Amino acid sequence: MAKAAETHPDAAVDRDTAMRLFRMMALIRRFEERTEEQYTRARIGGYCHLAIGEEASTVGAIDALEADDCLFASYRDHGTALAVGSEPAAVMAELFGKETGVAHGRGGSMHLLDVQRRFFGGWGIVGAHLPIATGAGLAIAYRGQPNAVLCQFGDGAVETGSFHEALNLAAIWDLPVVFQIINNQYGMGTSVEQSSAEPELWRRAAAYRIHGERVDGNDVLAVREAAHRLLAEARERRHPALLETVTYRFRGHSVADAGKVYRTAEEIESWRRRDPITRFGLYCVDQGLLDQESIDQVWSDVAAEVKDAIDQALGAAFPDPDTLYEHVYGDPGWREQFARMRAGAPFGERGEERTWQT
Amino acid sequence: MADLTYREALRRALDDELERDPDVFLMGEEIGRFEGSYKVTAGLWEKYGPERVRETPISEEGFIGAGIGAAMMGLRPVVEIMTINFILVAMDQVINHAAKIRYMFGGEVGVPMVIRTPGGAGAQLTAQHSQSLESWFAATPGLKVVAPASVPDAYGLMKSAIRDDDPVLLVENLVMYNVTGSMPDDSDYTVPIGRAAVVRDGRDLTLVAHSYTVQRALRVADVLARDGIETEVVDLRSLRPLDAETVAESVRKTSRVLIAEEGWSTYGVGAELAARIQRLCFDDLDAPVERVGGAEVPMPYSKPLELAALPLETKIEAAARALLAESGIV
Repeated sequence: MAKAAETHPDAAVDRDTAMRLFRMMALIRRFEERTEEQYTRARIGGYCHLAIGEEASTVGAIDALEADDCLFASYRDHGTALAVGSEPAAVMAELFGKETGVAHGRGGSMHLLDVQRRFFGGWGIVGAHLPIATGAGLAIAYRGQPNAVLCQFGDGAVETGSFHEALNLAAIWDLPVVFQIINNQYGMGTSVEQSSAEPELWRRAAAYRIHGERVDGNDVLAVREAAHRLLAEARERRHPALLETVTYRFRGHSVADAGKVYRTAEEIESWRRRDPITRFGLYCVDQGLLDQESIDQVWSDVAAEVKDAIDQALGAAFPDPDTLYEHVYGDPGWREQFARMRAGAPFGERGEERTWQT
Repeated sequence: MADLTYREALRRALDDELERDPDVFLMGEEIGRFEGSYKVTAGLWEKYGPERVRETPISEEGFIGAGIGAAMMGLRPVVEIMTINFILVAMDQVINHAAKIRYMFGGEVGVPMVIRTPGGAGAQLTAQHSQSLESWFAATPGLKVVAPASVPDAYGLMKSAIRDDDPVLLVENLVMYNVTGSMPDDSDYTVPIGRAAVVRDGRDLTLVAHSYTVQRALRVADVLARDGIETEVVDLRSLRPLDAETVAESVRKTSRVLIAEEGWSTYGVGAELAARIQRLCFDDLDAPVERVGGAEVPMPYSKPLELAALPLETKIEAAARALLAESGIV
């Protein structure tokens, strides 16, 4: 079993914070477990990447964000959306492809977002959102705003050219971006040791003369402390940083991958013994922050919340096929611009009644 | 009306928009102190400073991505790609991101960004630096693609592109930078996206082109006119949205159409237009739709080979005369 003493010594928190962090991690765990079940019931299509086991890395860092900071994440983003405070029902509705989803059923599992809460996406191409997050940092610097950007991605993204270009640009332009590697040890089925000439990924920071740091990504308080510190630095000193949070995904790369052929049962079991939620619960009890009764209550509350989210998503309407062409363009004049392109267009693109769908 | 070059028209549009809107900024390689590889941004770094005319390292994927991120935050970046050839290393950002963000996020956020870049060939720049790839981008929903072929259009389309709320690729042309023309003095002059222009009237043949090929088409029309053949020349100006109506109106009048482009015709602009024309003008055509483009080879270096590969006036004229002969004229 995890030992409470392993938790970061400088990261003490009060009861409200402990409850908030525990509750959010429990919500994500329960949400992901039910998501997997909904997928097997064919209510969710496409790719579906679960973050079970990575809750502390996600929640710890996002809890350190302040109002008007911006967040970018990879396609393993269900927990990200919940952690920023998006309604679980709207997140589940997106997975179900419903109009009430956070992206109105246009994005699905990999493209969650919540602009009001400054969460700018779930992104589907490994590494490609790092330059985009850098651009958000550029906008903050351009406007002289007192905010920062948190950009989360997996260990696989570190091997892309985008990683290099984004960190270099952020460093030479002094942009307030904290790049967080959620190192779950595998890019699909390929290990970090196999992929990276320098498996201590945080050391890449040296190439850009920025601060690099590795923390235990299954320790929510350690992650939160580091993210809080680096985001504050980014806001105040206008400089990027690289934070590696070392964690493990208990499930496969996606629901289509059992996650067993490229790693041993012993390895998986050893990480299960470091389960971030169990471990934080023990710490909270040990420190007198939470008692077992309130922990049990949290699990029962989040189970009800996720059930309600599923019920709401099930009851919501699918998008109307008549709205198929909405949101390709957004300029107020786009319909007029494209009016003369209907002429001679392929069947279905000339503005006919969509009778073949009825 | 004042005479100026295509380059100067582009520069003036950038200057006017930087002046008008503090959210507009420029980004690209060598666009500051160096004044731009083709000098389109000359003087702007001195005037607006390094924040608004941002010099970048050779990281096209990185800085197009940064432009996308800044645009998502509401700024209006104008990103220069030194030549269209270099955009290939950033295709993921353009096609998979800029074009799709608004849609896949359900309309919650947009990308009001311009990518401006010159294409074209003819200066012995060889295979990797002599391409007209605009039809690739014009095939992608979510993007808009414009290609000015005159001085006023360079100014007016640049301004429209910057003010547009969607990602716009503005394709300039290397050979056109020194072409001169006259432009209205009105600093609010704009050219609407999605409208082609009939730049020469005629009744015998419609010749459709975009970018520098419009200039070639006009010269071919002059030559044909000596034989009494009146050619109508349509400048597409915008490739997506594509103004197929203006093309069809012209073809209904002339009954013959040749589409010329500098890029490869196969799967090109002409291919798309031919498909539309046969549907729109099925009963009007007196000859099959014809296309002429660059030779379907990687551009060679040696001058005679390069000239053989380009869709020069002689090749366009030959295609026009063959088409006219097919329908019994000439």
